[in-house]
Amino acid sequence: MGMTITEKIFAKGAGKKSVVPGDNVWLNVDVLMTHDVCGPPTIGIWKKEFGDKAKIWDKQKLVIFPDHYIFTKNPHANRNVEILRAFAKEYDIPNYYDVGTERYKGVCHIALAEEGYNIPGTVLFGTDSHTCTSGAFGMFSTGVGNTDAAFILGTGKIWEKVPESLLFTFDGGLPKYITAKDLILRVLGDITTNGGTYRALEFNGDAIFSLSMDERMTLTNMAIEAGAMNGIIEADEVVENYVKERSSKEYELIKSDEEANYKAKYRYNANDFVPLVAKPHSPDNIDTVFNVKGRKLTKCYIGSCTGGKLSDFVSVAKFLFSNEVRVPTFIVPASTYVAEQLEVETISGVTLKNIFEKAGCVITQSSCAACLGGPMDTIGRAQDGEVIISTTNRNFPGRMGSKKAEVYLASPLTVAASALTGEITDPRDYM
Amino acid sequence: MEKSIKGKAFVLGNNIDTDQIIPAEHLVYSLNDPKESQLYGRYALSGVPLSEAGLPGGNIPFIKGEETVSEYSIVIGGSNFGCGSSREHAPFALMKAGVKAVIAESYARIYYRNSVDGGFLIPYEAKEKLNNVISTNDEVEIIIDENMLINHTTKKEYSLNPLGDILPIIEAGNLFEYARKSGMIV
Repeated sequence: MGMTITEKIFAKGAGKKSVVPGDNVWLNVDVLMTHDVCGPPTIGIWKKEFGDKAKIWDKQKLVIFPDHYIFTKNPHANRNVEILRAFAKEYDIPNYYDVGTERYKGVCHIALAEEGYNIPGTVLFGTDSHTCTSGAFGMFSTGVGNTDAAFILGTGKIWEKVPESLLFTFDGGLPKYITAKDLILRVLGDITTNGGTYRALEFNGDAIFSLSMDERMTLTNMAIEAGAMNGIIEADEVVENYVKERSSKEYELIKSDEEANYKAKYRYNANDFVPLVAKPHSPDNIDTVFNVKGRKLTKCYIGSCTGGKLSDFVSVAKFLFSNEVRVPTFIVPASTYVAEQLEVETISGVTLKNIFEKAGCVITQSSCAACLGGPMDTIGRAQDGEVIISTTNRNFPGRMGSKKAEVYLASPLTVAASALTGEITDPRDYM
Repeated sequence: MEKSIKGKAFVLGNNIDTDQIIPAEHLVYSLNDPKESQLYGRYALSGVPLSEAGLPGGNIPFIKGEETVSEYSIVIGGSNFGCGSSREHAPFALMKAGVKAVIAESYARIYYRNSVDGGFLIPYEAKEKLNNVISTNDEVEIIIDENMLINHTTKKEYSLNPLGDILPIIEAGNLFEYARKSGMIV
């Protein structure tokens, strides 16, 4: 019987010839990633459980990115970063990217890609639900809690149940007003926030393989919004080129067998897509932008691991060029690399940064910022009954701060068009 | 392991995500410090809109005022309980608030793993939508060996799905105890 790419990586990671969905296996972990919210409790559990014998299984395989609550006066949040800093010093951790230094990278999922930790065919665990982002590189990646991470930290292993796979094929080409965000919102509308629970979401088709790495990461990032264990795209030349520029590690291009078993298969024609939104308060509450057009907004937010990458800002800048925003609009680069590129990339000779400044946007430092609300002084945090359109990935009640706020999720194109009018706007009206 | 878990039920709807269980702004407290970690109990389920808290009527606070422990020790949810972020602070917060078990129609994967591997509480799967038939404040009891829920208030019984593969971890206490018992770690 054939295996899917996810099943093959499970078999490889577990040292078995083959696996089938439902098998519980112990996986060897290639990379463990953690950050400032879950790193300190993970370290606490590791120290408590292993005691004097506490030893990091492989320092090269541990990667720590402070990114969540970074630019805040909250003393508890700052204490968490201090705990990471002290841990990195005590154990001489090579892959620690401290805030306040040149090594600071920004949002972990994008930094993992940029720093060459995403290697096709490998197994990556992280203490963050959006760890599934790395699946865009033809690898298995998923989120776990602190106890599981502490177990990995000491042993390099973790148990996991082999998931069933769902296959989403996107034929055709993407119209210029459609982005990966519209594709994944459609999937969420079709299978809902628990349609992927304990399952792998595999994406393929011409439309997918025509996407840049930035866009592929938007797709796999939001697999967790369907409850999925992982999102995955087979690695191709685009992935290989990206990886080779950033890492000298060996990689393996693993592909699903033609006779592999899928729990269900979905097929879409990308040409037919229209811009979509997820309405409050769930990522599966999908509607067309056309149907909610005109909804008055108090804020636009363009950032996060799913909507704050360079390609997102390039598309946004095309809308904002020589225009002004009508409501407060926040530009939150996912990584410090993206932030730097805002001063390098140009449209008609003007840098993206200048375009955003002239349009009246607020440009912030790179971090997770208000995507998950965060401490009260977090820039862009939702206040009271605000109505926000955002390129982020999750809009459950209170996710961006205030429980009373209404958050719409949409593509960077839709958010940019909406920023120009102060109400939800169809990007096709400006193209 | 205890033979039964008895307490007052607190009933919630579908898709109770981890931001509703413990809002992100509270993830900064120490989980080790005995006094500070009580704050997780204080803010457990504080992200649930009040009209949805304590069904069927709603408007029942899970935690009263400044208290850190709830009078409710069994939470009854619907489908996809614990969806959203990977924060282990979610089952931890429920445990600090005194919750011994959650019974839901289905769970998000990471929340489910965290509940079991961290040894915080037992996540039972119901065979039907128990959040439609049990009311907040009902006196309920889980008979562990029989995978059975008794509602002493309405005198009704419901069977629960067996714990299956996770039972050895729950019996051991948590993932580390399980790994020690089975010789994986010393």
